[in-house]
Amino acid sequence: MPTSSSTPWTSSKPPEPGPDDHVHGDGPVVVEYADFECAFCAKANLLLAELPVRRVFRHFPMTSKHPRARRLAHAAEAAALQGRFWELHDSLFADQGRLDDPHLWERARTLGLDLDRFEADRRSDAVAERVERDFRSGIRAGVTTTPTLFVDGEAHPGVPDARLLARLNGGGV
Amino acid sequence: MIQPEQQAPDFTLPDQDGNEVSLSDFRGKTLVLVFYPADFSPVCTDQLNVYQEVLGELEQRGVALAGVSVDSAWTHKAFQAQLGVSIPLLADFHPKGEVSQAYGVYVEERGVSARALVMIGPDGNVLWAYRAASPLEIPGANLIFDALDQQQAA
Repeated sequence: MPTSSSTPWTSSKPPEPGPDDHVHGDGPVVVEYADFECAFCAKANLLLAELPVRRVFRHFPMTSKHPRARRLAHAAEAAALQGRFWELHDSLFADQGRLDDPHLWERARTLGLDLDRFEADRRSDAVAERVERDFRSGIRAGVTTTPTLFVDGEAHPGVPDARLLARLNGGGV
Repeated sequence: MIQPEQQAPDFTLPDQDGNEVSLSDFRGKTLVLVFYPADFSPVCTDQLNVYQEVLGELEQRGVALAGVSVDSAWTHKAFQAQLGVSIPLLADFHPKGEVSQAYGVYVEERGVSARALVMIGPDGNVLWAYRAASPLEIPGANLIFDALDQQQAA
């Protein structure tokens, strides 16, 4: 993991969605910091999938709690390099009991990915740095739990509650 | 609550393995005491996990972290194992809350520590102190880095 005393970890708002982000759907923007080995993130994913929102996904792997989290994030980035980020994202959240390497290969095959390229990419420095960039932006934004959603610049830690869901569904507050 | 430039009250508390840990053990280092209400409450879980994720970065900058709550050493041991963190957890258990009281972060009516961060410099003086507005507010790791940068700029 690239670390240096010269690179900042200090407070900074979550970056505006950019061309490097994983963006999906249309509607109010929801920036989501999440971890693929987190059951609460899987639940939030199901809830958000039902809503007319523009989702921006950022990695926030909690390695000490979820030993596979960073490797899963790397796999999702490798899928992204073949244009299949959201497909692997949904696949990982849909089945949290099968997250080891053979399961990843099986998922990649099902999605029709080039397996050799997937294997090389998920171990590459570029992919690790991409995940680290998201993680660091989450730390700087004060993320302390997964998932944390940012809506209109305001942080909503945890699985979105009924009030937030209604608001995102166009119901106001 | 204790304030910057005050001398940090000395303490000796057992850690999760029953070893005695004193403030003086950290002399020459910067120490961040992480006061939190209780082991095994879901919010604490994530707080210490997040700090663990950036521990390498903090250690590179000469910073050590230690958690403090009124739970016993044995509870701390189980909690630390469940979280998968290496940050030592100090038991402010007997006399209950004595160190939390000395730092002015004990919540008498609840019998637990508030959620608070106290940064102590290499000379034993407090550099920075932060108390969360409520137990539900979890101070991000970014606040520790902000405080470090301010110290280095000063």
